[in-house]
Amino acid sequence: MVEILKRKKALSVNPLKSSQTVGAALAFLGLHRSIPMLHGSQGCTAFGKVFFVRHFREPIPLQTTAMDQVSSVMGSEDNVVEGLKTLCEKSKPELIGVPTTGLAETQGSDVKMAIRMFRKNYPEYEHIPCIPVTTPDFTGCLESGFALATEAMINELVPEAEKAGTRPGKRPRQVTVLAGSSHTPGDLEAIRDMIESFGLRPVIIPDLSDSLDGHLTDIDFSPLTIGGSPVSEFANLGDSKATLVIGASMNKAAGALQGRTGVPDWRFDHLMGLEAVDEFIRALVEISGNEVPEKIERSRAQLQDAMLDTHFMLGMSRFAVAADPDLLNAFSHLLASMGAETVAAVAPANAPVLKKINAEKVCIGDLEELEKNARANAAEIIISNSHAVDTASRLGLPILRAGFPQYDLLGGYQRVWIGYQGTRQTLFDLANILLSLERGEIHPYRSIYAQKPEYQNGGAETSEDSRLQH
Amino acid sequence: MKQKDITALLDEPACNHNKKSKSGCAKPKPGSAAGGCAFDGAQIALLPIADVAHIVHGSIACAGSSWDNRGTRSSGSTLYKIGMTTDLTEQDIVMGRGEKRLFHSIKQAIDTYQPAAVFVYNTCIPALVGDDIDAVCKSANDKWGVSVVPVDAAGFYGTKNLGNRIAGESMVKYVVGTREPDPLPPSSVKEGITVHDVNLIGEYNIAGELWHVLPLLDELGLRVLCTLSGDARFREVQTMHRAKVNMMVCSKAMINVARKLKDAFGTVWFEGSFYGVTDVSKALRDFARLIDDPDLTQRTESLISREEARIDQALEPWRERLRGKRVLLYTGGVKSWSIISALQDLGMHVVATGTKKSTEEDKARIRELMGEDVKMLEDGNPRALLKLVRDENVDILIAGGRNMYTALKARLPFLDINQERDFGYEGYTGMIELARQLALTVECPVWEAVRRPAPWKKNLQKAAGAET
Repeated sequence: MVEILKRKKALSVNPLKSSQTVGAALAFLGLHRSIPMLHGSQGCTAFGKVFFVRHFREPIPLQTTAMDQVSSVMGSEDNVVEGLKTLCEKSKPELIGVPTTGLAETQGSDVKMAIRMFRKNYPEYEHIPCIPVTTPDFTGCLESGFALATEAMINELVPEAEKAGTRPGKRPRQVTVLAGSSHTPGDLEAIRDMIESFGLRPVIIPDLSDSLDGHLTDIDFSPLTIGGSPVSEFANLGDSKATLVIGASMNKAAGALQGRTGVPDWRFDHLMGLEAVDEFIRALVEISGNEVPEKIERSRAQLQDAMLDTHFMLGMSRFAVAADPDLLNAFSHLLASMGAETVAAVAPANAPVLKKINAEKVCIGDLEELEKNARANAAEIIISNSHAVDTASRLGLPILRAGFPQYDLLGGYQRVWIGYQGTRQTLFDLANILLSLERGEIHPYRSIYAQKPEYQNGGAETSEDSRLQH
Repeated sequence: MKQKDITALLDEPACNHNKKSKSGCAKPKPGSAAGGCAFDGAQIALLPIADVAHIVHGSIACAGSSWDNRGTRSSGSTLYKIGMTTDLTEQDIVMGRGEKRLFHSIKQAIDTYQPAAVFVYNTCIPALVGDDIDAVCKSANDKWGVSVVPVDAAGFYGTKNLGNRIAGESMVKYVVGTREPDPLPPSSVKEGITVHDVNLIGEYNIAGELWHVLPLLDELGLRVLCTLSGDARFREVQTMHRAKVNMMVCSKAMINVARKLKDAFGTVWFEGSFYGVTDVSKALRDFARLIDDPDLTQRTESLISREEARIDQALEPWRERLRGKRVLLYTGGVKSWSIISALQDLGMHVVATGTKKSTEEDKARIRELMGEDVKMLEDGNPRALLKLVRDENVDILIAGGRNMYTALKARLPFLDINQERDFGYEGYTGMIELARQLALTVECPVWEAVRRPAPWKKNLQKAAGAET
């Protein structure tokens, strides 16, 4: 059983954590023509915006209630009302998400009441859903914020089955997918492909693969998201044949969806590694009643082959991983399945899934913890976000970038980590890094008797005529 | 090269394969030939000489698909890593410009890289069209004051093994004996220790593994005049004739060198191995025995007991993990008996071994180690290997790199023992790496994962190694 070490020190050094608030904002960025409006001071939004712009290299629609000194003391509900009105007026969004920040929560701002005020004062915008979610940054991390926002969307937008007359399986080819924040747009595309190959129609909630996958459109500017799950889909989720829940962080949201609709769900902690993907495919077989497509069988066999080819490098290798809980958990199991060891595991915040991590212990903490543990346990490779690049260089170790943010790497957002193919690529990349380390290298030994010219003053002799007698 | 020269090389009196027919090595058989050609063998044998410019005279396929793919390492000069070829064009061949191009190539190599010497490897096309590389080498040698050595080893002359011999022959004919050894460096002189000169023939310093052994030889006062050819320098090869003892390391590829040095200079030689605790100790004892210096003998014994005790302790945790594991050994160039004793040192059980390249003498040693009822595999075709794996519940196959993917496809743990490998296993210290690599693959959870059928398929076990 893994030992979970809680944070003990006062100072967080080289933080690993990204806030719950931006996590919630990210979830709303996965809905079509929507915009998140962070309820806090404008800096909360500005930082969040830069965070995502650098990671995705995309314009990011993000607004703020711009709490100032007066509203922070006297009450900020009016800011919410005004912000919502302005957004509705200017941009006519399909949906507005309102994640709260630490400031708003500390103040005790009542966002629900503010939205009721907005509805009362501006009935003309009644058709635009406004979804508040409590995501102060003093608890949780990006992953939990993303999950909370998804749960809030479900509670606000998915009608209860008996009221709306939805029935599980009424749309027999439709499956709902709740995928946690550890998934890149590339991952989501891969999930969609796998599901579609079984003749099923996935509805991904929220769908970053449609909004933040980095594509050009005909619209030159949009103040809103230019893709993502259509808000209208939520009304039909009760008719899905099944819900696929990927990432332990989404379990609570999944519970809410199941409670409202009665659609049976299948839960997966992650989709990395042969075993995890096998379970997922098995579920798709059962849900669709179809055979496994030839192409997927092939990818599986390719992954198996890659596992054999790479185990020579990965076996007994030592990893230090710092990431949000779901991603950390996924990597720890993938590595263990290859005979590698996660010798340093750091998560920014606690989560139930940490108990399942395949490592001796997990620290809840920062990149300084990672650095300390990686050094103490002789790690050979770091897996973490771009902030850990300096950590890795201080340790003299290579790093594979994963998680949020990846600001010094192009295309990190489209990389596929999951499924048979994504896993295969991950294994190749890790094995290549290990190869470049030239482990097992034997240090050149210079015999005291050697007749090698370069051993003397480091240079070869030049004058000697070595001509032979032919 | 003339047919009679090839026949002479094949007729190697010191080789046990050499029976009445004087055929020596078997002819490659069309349709079922495996392994390299004479050029391959010659290049592989000499390429590790680090400060030499190795020029392949031929069209691109010879050098193009072979340069820089050997795991040999150098402690200094890295010139040998630079691929050089005359890359003959159709024009060169049709118009007979090959010799000219070679001549200029040698000049270019000397001007650009200031090599200690230039080796020119002949290949099929120039051999066929009749380029006189001996003459080109001689005139380049005379003109530019740098040794230029022809290695006439066109692929069609024969097998890789023949190529090894041609390479050795070139060294003996053109290089060995052209320089006297340096005086001992003053810093190396140790009170009361007489230094004896030796050569290691057929040692390639794969992954730097020689460096596990060299410190021991230094300690004993054995000066290695030259290693042919791992981490060697041209000027070291020149002094090989002055050794007191030659050790033929593991492989008989260059047996002609040992024999010719015996015939010409009276240097005694023995065959030995640096793989496995038992064999390293034996090799050290053989040096002492042949040099016959009582002081050396005594120091050798104390070094052996010290090292064996050290390594025995270091290997203990690995033995616990590897004990009783069943091994199928199928080695090419490396002597099976040498690896067998290394594996037995680790408590592993060798169920069968390949003997395709083994002599009767080798087989006798194998029987000695493994008992009379040992399974010997003459034919190493993958199907036979896999059948044996199933019949004998083999845990791991140890073989050359080319069999690796056969093993992996059959979902069978594998250890690469040939020259392309990345890890060095020689010497006492190398045993730890060997143990580590064995445990790494045998204990890896991927085997279970790849043998397990997909969860949507029941009772499908198509894998060859699945029931192990």
